[in-house]
Amino acid sequence: MISVGHYLAVSAVLFTLGVLGIFINRKNIIVILMAIELILLGVNINLVAFSAALNDLVGQVFSMFVLTVAAGEAAIGLAILVIYFRGRGTIAVDDANRMKG
Amino acid sequence: MIQLIAFYLFATIVIASAAMVIFARNPVHSVMWLILAFFNAAGLMLLAGAEFIAMLLVIVYVGAVAVLFLFVVMMLDIDFAELRAGFVRYLPLGALVAIILAAELVFAVGAWSAGGVDLAARAAPVVTDKSNIQQIGELLYTKYIFLFEAAGIVLLVAMIGAIVLTHRQRGGVRTQNISAQNRRRPEDATRLVDPGVGQGMEL
Repeated sequence: MISVGHYLAVSAVLFTLGVLGIFINRKNIIVILMAIELILLGVNINLVAFSAALNDLVGQVFSMFVLTVAAGEAAIGLAILVIYFRGRGTIAVDDANRMKG
Repeated sequence: MIQLIAFYLFATIVIASAAMVIFARNPVHSVMWLILAFFNAAGLMLLAGAEFIAMLLVIVYVGAVAVLFLFVVMMLDIDFAELRAGFVRYLPLGALVAIILAAELVFAVGAWSAGGVDLAARAAPVVTDKSNIQQIGELLYTKYIFLFEAAGIVLLVAMIGAIVLTHRQRGGVRTQNISAQNRRRPEDATRLVDPGVGQGMEL
């Protein structure tokens, strides 16, 4: 029988893979954005699993909000990437220190 | 039994394709693996009874976000081999952080299943005689209307932000100005001159 623990295990592995992806693809910002999408997917699976386990719909409503934020984040991130590429001609972000922040 | 098979199928494919997303050499392949991961995550959510979220995942993620990624990856002319440098260098650190994180998550799940925290009463209990999408709709337009509108504002800000960031004013481009063309009259444009013989004409 599938319990909520199974779902939590899948979402934990997805979340960890996303974090690992951010670390090992330090230069390629496109893959970093995709890794962030993986993290948010893991969070969504977590919310839906608890929503089903606790018989409470709020998890699914909040999961929809997370999905919205993920879509907006991808759009803005890719827009920034496009203008960065237009100015620099590369997308290597490990030496992105123009603003000296 | 069939649920068990379906769960393990979806879970295996989603994890394998997530691993391929971060290890693939070519970002175009990464996007393809990401689409596979989203489809199988939608299957997982379907198994949990969240039909609406599953369909939303397919429509929004596969239909919009993944295609956006694909557009950008293919539009930019990037030397991806050069970006792979440092992959091995950062692997130990990344693996360390990932192992710590995974251990913490497993610990949290163990602590939760050992007794858990006694939460307050359910905010929106599931009723069985309505479909999932009908319940979410009733909840979304009444109790969580502010959340719904906030999501709309987030999307609006993202849309305007993306347009403002990528919009480029091109200088030195001559475009057709239709209103100026329509405003032009013969008396403004033409002039009757009577030049004398042997004299030049000034235009």
